Amino acid sequence: MLSPKPEIRMQPNMATRRAITRRQFLEWLSILLSAWGAAIVGIPIIGFVLSPLIQKPPQLWRAVGAADRFKVGETVEVTFLDPSPLPWSGVSAKTAAWLRREGEQEYIAFAVNCTHLGCPVRWLPNADLFMCPCHGGVYYQDGSVAAGPPPRPLAQYDVRVENGQVEILTRPITIG
Amino acid sequence: MKQLKTLWDYLDDRTGVSTLLGALAWHLVPPNIGWPYVLGSATLVAFIIQVVTGIALATAYVPSAADAYQSLQFVTQQALFGKVLRGIHFFGASAMVLLIGLHVIRTFLMGTYKFPREMNWLSGSVLLFATLAMAFTGQLLRWDQNAIWSVVVAAEQVGRAPLIGDLLARFTLAGDAVGGATLSRFFAFHVFFIPAIIFTFVGIHLYLVLRNGISEPPESNRPVDPVTYRAWYQNLLKQRGVPFWPDVAWRDVIFGVGVLTSVVLLAWIVGPPPLDKPPDPSIIEAQPRPDWYFLWYFALLALLPHGTEQYVIVFAPLAFGALLLLLPFIANQGERSPFRRPWAWVVVLIAVGVVGTLGIAGDQAPWSPDFSAPPLSAQTAHGNSNPVAEGAQLFHDKGCELCHAVDGVGGHRGPDLTQVAKRLTPDEMTLVIYNGRLNMPSFARNLTPDELDALIAFLRSRQSTSPAAQPDIVSK
Repeated sequence: MLSPKPEIRMQPNMATRRAITRRQFLEWLSILLSAWGAAIVGIPIIGFVLSPLIQKPPQLWRAVGAADRFKVGETVEVTFLDPSPLPWSGVSAKTAAWLRREGEQEYIAFAVNCTHLGCPVRWLPNADLFMCPCHGGVYYQDGSVAAGPPPRPLAQYDVRVENGQVEILTRPITIG
Repeated sequence: MKQLKTLWDYLDDRTGVSTLLGALAWHLVPPNIGWPYVLGSATLVAFIIQVVTGIALATAYVPSAADAYQSLQFVTQQALFGKVLRGIHFFGASAMVLLIGLHVIRTFLMGTYKFPREMNWLSGSVLLFATLAMAFTGQLLRWDQNAIWSVVVAAEQVGRAPLIGDLLARFTLAGDAVGGATLSRFFAFHVFFIPAIIFTFVGIHLYLVLRNGISEPPESNRPVDPVTYRAWYQNLLKQRGVPFWPDVAWRDVIFGVGVLTSVVLLAWIVGPPPLDKPPDPSIIEAQPRPDWYFLWYFALLALLPHGTEQYVIVFAPLAFGALLLLLPFIANQGERSPFRRPWAWVVVLIAVGVVGTLGIAGDQAPWSPDFSAPPLSAQTAHGNSNPVAEGAQLFHDKGCELCHAVDGVGGHRGPDLTQVAKRLTPDEMTLVIYNGRLNMPSFARNLTPDELDALIAFLRSRQSTSPAAQPDIVSK
């Protein structure tokens, strides 16, 4: 049980205003010092926890294979590392994309994430469709929505060919 | 013995422990407190199970993205009692979710949230959300393939929030993608942040139960009047109150031990949920599924009309939270008896019916394509070399079978086509195949005329269930 706040009894000869001011000063001093203590510890903690919002990882070109490995008209899965893998990431640093060679120098790389809720879409080579295992979203080979709940086409990566290697520009998971 | 008594007297004198515990144990509570009141204490028992098994598991679990999966394999397959401990932790989580849900229903039906127990309800609501958060983060700590894709799905969902969606998603993933920082973040939330919230609010909740007293069993025509209730309640305790220990607590003990025993038995008999494939986001063959307590939500997102999930994902949790928080303020007096509040029953029955039905649907997930469906058997295809057989092969190769079943083989996202020829003419079939439907893609661009003819020939042959398909309809 907490003790009630003590009643302030003034001495007859005490300057009432001065005594209250001193008490108020001590109250405010204690409150402000406590707030200061909380701030100098709390600000680094909050900044540390929220750091993923502040520090954006770089976008990097990642090689996914020699250009002659990919046949025109074929869609294949390629894997690469995310742009800033941490030393303790293990296999979770890997990611994948669906790479389609459209012509001699033309490539399209699709994110594997369904635009409905992010599940990994699979490529059905005989049907020329991407299909999502979660809620049945379907996309055509150009990534446009063919059926089901996806609200948007599959996200795409930038692709280039450099020194005979097909490279993909990493990007964040498409959200929203 | 005398020395022990002396020691106890010394400790009691210096700490006042018997005064404190005695006041808690023997405080008066209303008469006729029955079995429905054991759900809260049983939820606490489940939480304690989680704390002690969680601490034990944490001595071997490595919260590193590279090693967590292997450490769980070690715990499950090699560590002494590791498999049982994982099982207890899983079924303890299940019990906690189930019991807190039943406790919420009980307090709602009995009007316990009314004056003067509004804050009991609010602190309990925080505990409900924290329990669900623990259940979700716990599933992710398995750090298998299912876990990492569940993180992505969670990030996509919070990412739907207006204005701050991207920030929330990045906060969830601890970056732009699933990686090393993601698991560390979920581990910290599961082991430190959320349990700290639960410990705090369990303390507040119990303090409020003691301060406001255990609610008396409601009776018809005995409405709560905030002006007179406290005096009436104190008078009830004075005249007919019984000590909490043991008059009431014995039921809590029996039920709590029953819960504990059931959890341990299930852990021994059923075991923990198996680990999925390794947490490699480049392995595309994944079929993410939530644990049972979120299957209803998984189903809801599949069955909503297209385009509406945006609003459901964002506003439904907010609306649910707001309703829970506002309830004790918009209805804090009047009848408490469930027999005088039919709308309370309607709300509970609808909620339980919807969640239960969606949960069953989520378990079956008929909207998910059946990627494991084998080619149709020769009997179903009516031979190996005719146009019907060729059409049956196309039915499999073009992915039709992923969503449509024939003679029991195939997915269930689309209509069963076992007897489709009875429903549709060849022209109607062609129209659907070429144009597609809301949940079916158009095949106009990837079927040659000959392939279409073969496919139609196969579908036209679907007049009735193939005799050969009964009883063994699945081609092995």
